[in-house]
Amino acid sequence: MSAPLLSVRDLSVTFDVPRKGAMPWTPPQKLRAVQDISFDLKAGETLGVVGESGSGKSTLARAVIGTIPASSGRVVWQGTELTGLSVAARRKHRAEVQMVFQDPLAALNPRMTVGEIIAEPLRTHRDVTRDEARRASQEMMERVGLLPNLVNRYPHEFSGGQCQRIGIARALILEPRLLICDEPVSALDASVQAQVVNLLRRLGREMGLAMIFIAHDLSVVRHVSDRIMVMYLGRKMEEGAAREVVGAPLHPYAKALISAIPRPDPTRKRARIALEGELPSPLAPPSGCVFHTRCPVARPDCSAGAPALAEPAPGRMVACPYHSEPVRAAVNS
Amino acid sequence: MADPLLQVTDLRVTFETNDGPVQAVNGLSMSLEAGGTLAVVGESGSGKSQMAFAIMGLLARNGRAEGSVRLEGREVLNLPSAELNRIRAQSIAMVFQDPMTSLNPYMRVGTQMAEVLELHKGLSRRDALAESARMLDAVRIPDARGRLSQYPHEFSGGMRQRVMIAMALLCRPKLLIADEPTTALDVTVQAQIMDLLEDVRTEFGTALLLITHDMALVAESCDRTVVMYGGRVMEQGPTRALFEAPSHPYTAGLLSAVPRLDGDDSELAVIPGDPPDMSRLPPGCPFAPRCPLVMETCREVRPVLEELGDVRRACHAEPRAVA
Amino acid sequence: MFRRFARAFISPATNPYPEGATEIVAGRSLWADARARFLRNKAATGGLIVLLLLIAFALFGDLIAQWSNEEIDWAMLGRVPEVGGPSLANGHWFGVDETGRDLFARTVQGTRISLAVGIVGALVAVIIGTLYGAVSGYVGGRTDQVMMRIVDVLIAIPYMFVLILLMVVFERSVIMLFVGVGLISWLDMARIVRGQTLTLKNREFVEAAIATGVSTPRIILRHIVPNLLGIVAVYATLLVPSMILFESFISFLGLGVQEPSTSLGALINGGAQNLRNETPWMLGFPLFFFCTLLFALFFVGDGLRDALDPKDR
Repeated sequence: MSAPLLSVRDLSVTFDVPRKGAMPWTPPQKLRAVQDISFDLKAGETLGVVGESGSGKSTLARAVIGTIPASSGRVVWQGTELTGLSVAARRKHRAEVQMVFQDPLAALNPRMTVGEIIAEPLRTHRDVTRDEARRASQEMMERVGLLPNLVNRYPHEFSGGQCQRIGIARALILEPRLLICDEPVSALDASVQAQVVNLLRRLGREMGLAMIFIAHDLSVVRHVSDRIMVMYLGRKMEEGAAREVVGAPLHPYAKALISAIPRPDPTRKRARIALEGELPSPLAPPSGCVFHTRCPVARPDCSAGAPALAEPAPGRMVACPYHSEPVRAAVNS
Repeated sequence: MADPLLQVTDLRVTFETNDGPVQAVNGLSMSLEAGGTLAVVGESGSGKSQMAFAIMGLLARNGRAEGSVRLEGREVLNLPSAELNRIRAQSIAMVFQDPMTSLNPYMRVGTQMAEVLELHKGLSRRDALAESARMLDAVRIPDARGRLSQYPHEFSGGMRQRVMIAMALLCRPKLLIADEPTTALDVTVQAQIMDLLEDVRTEFGTALLLITHDMALVAESCDRTVVMYGGRVMEQGPTRALFEAPSHPYTAGLLSAVPRLDGDDSELAVIPGDPPDMSRLPPGCPFAPRCPLVMETCREVRPVLEELGDVRRACHAEPRAVA
Repeated sequence: MFRRFARAFISPATNPYPEGATEIVAGRSLWADARARFLRNKAATGGLIVLLLLIAFALFGDLIAQWSNEEIDWAMLGRVPEVGGPSLANGHWFGVDETGRDLFARTVQGTRISLAVGIVGALVAVIIGTLYGAVSGYVGGRTDQVMMRIVDVLIAIPYMFVLILLMVVFERSVIMLFVGVGLISWLDMARIVRGQTLTLKNREFVEAAIATGVSTPRIILRHIVPNLLGIVAVYATLLVPSMILFESFISFLGLGVQEPSTSLGALINGGAQNLRNETPWMLGFPLFFFCTLLFALFFVGDGLRDALDPKDR
């Protein structure tokens, strides 16, 4: 088996949150946004990361790309450990990992033309003339389905879907090996979402891209991903092949998450696993299994110790020792 | 025959902008029975929110509404604001997408709720607070009494939306307009809020007008649906009929573009192009530039709504061609 | 209850797909949009026209003046109140001052100095203030702390006192005036720019640039500063009048420009002192130009603020 393109080991990200009304010298509270996440990504493979807001999925992406420092753990890129590299040394690797952002318009500098925006990575990492840069960005625009004669337009003259295409063009102009998409379609209209999802899938295949696709919408993630990782409060709950995780989820949280997704079928009143309450504060996560406060099948010992990741089948991981227990679903009439 | 709770006839909303007049809503007619459910689906720029604002009398100053909106047989469109305020307080309430913008961040939740009751029902502060606590309890907020003295930012997103629903229900309105009530929320919380809206409807007999972009949400919660595009109704009728056999290419396209958990892995069906520019709508059908079934007439002649069984549709194409 | 009022209807982005076009389409930058909005604003356009006329007056007024600003009309001396009034016949269109010098020429010269002071102050503020604030805000952390405390200290010094000292110790000259104005004008600008930078640096396009590996100086110059220019332009136009007022105040105290040079403030000072000699033109003409200049600048600044208002984007 070939070595993975990206290998993340026990990655944790901790933020300091100053206590309210505290003196400047009292130690700040620790917010564990991401805790002990490990995964491998092969070249050309797409990993979907799902979770609700506050699950730490965006922080994980930023720790991998290096805009947020990891507090512990390792990010290994093609055998080179990136964590701990100097800023300058790290900058060289930036060409190989690019990112697509959630808010398509906010991710584009309003004072730059589309051509300048798309060519910026190129001008940063390669020695190109202005003309070459423009030609390259026009080529890229064509690939993402934009008319190349619009290079001199400004972002505000484009619709949301087109802005996201511009963002994708900028991310792909250096032909990176890994593309991290942070909720790339959640700000788009329903009819445009599908266009962008298809575009990412197609370009990913054409360019042999590995992708980390982050979204809160499982049905979108399922469409682009080979594997899916489900996160809750910064921890990995479940990981496995996309089809298996969606079709036969093991972790009670994954089951509840999937059952909560509304389906466009008025004839079928489906069973829904009701989750009590909301996400606990990440400043004071529950003891033991972080999900036990909302878990429909929680037992007393769930609050005692954090469950280890079990591997019930090769490539399938779940952080719940009771994952084979059935979860009762209530039919909401 | 008794009047329906809400009867909208030929509603038109126009905005005066720097680029000339913009028709945000054009010829919308619909009705909603007491205690019923109705969904208005559309993308950004479909005019669905402006329709709600017109019904509520909350249009921006450069907006103008024409046509007729009858609430229990009484015309409410373009009423003087004093009268409108009374109707708004007693019969219609609205829940917005972002609860934080409609709650005053510097006032305790209890005070804000009590003020509404004092103003509209003439209750004393004590009674008003007691009633507010009861209402928070009704929307399943734990420790309702204790939370009255908290500020909005101390509530989580889902809890805030519950507070908004409680606040909207304080005066026992007959109609609740929910404008994208769950768009800012996570799926598990969305499920909770949609269940709550359903419970509230049965408990208080409040009719629900749900405005959303999410076809799946509509399928689960509303009996009747209006599909809007470019300010015009594309198709309207019973939700079940629309979903089983959409008779308009836009409805059909929207349905097939929704990524499904149970579908196959092939590419998603797409509606090409972008949502329309409201200030530059084509002369014919607004959906014509993106429509797979477009014909010559579609670009020139605006289709009118026609009855087709239970459904009303505005399309030149043969219904059979759509399915 | 806080009721959310309907937002003004914003039309979605214009469709950039002109059918079948192949030549490169010119974009409409935010600046072009702002210019269109500015030109629609009648008060602002009027202010701009008046301002341009005033600048032309300051630059080219000398060419049509019948007298120089230093020349004393000996015919007038001693009987200024009786014969020194405005007159077309003797070429003293605005009359003469108490020593018989032509007030038209002096007003031209005073307007020039006042404008120069205002513009120099604003320029220093724009260049130093913007860069200082942008660097401080973007780099953040301890650098930000130190840089901003320096600004605090400078603001805390009673600048009027320092300026008077400067004027007394060194020679009273226009250069000294520029130095004094430059010293204080950028402080507020730096603070404003830093605040704006703090919000800008959390925007996704800055994050995108960081993730791509763009270097910090380039991010500041290409991504932060261009997006600050809106607020900087507005603040700078509003800073020009306050610098002019400041100079006038100094001149009014008698510490400003050295004779025979003059400024609007100094002229107004002279006019006010001669008011009881029944020579109202000595106050009236400089005051008229002073007020017109300030109004024009304020209208332009206001129009700019509306035109560049980010809410309207």
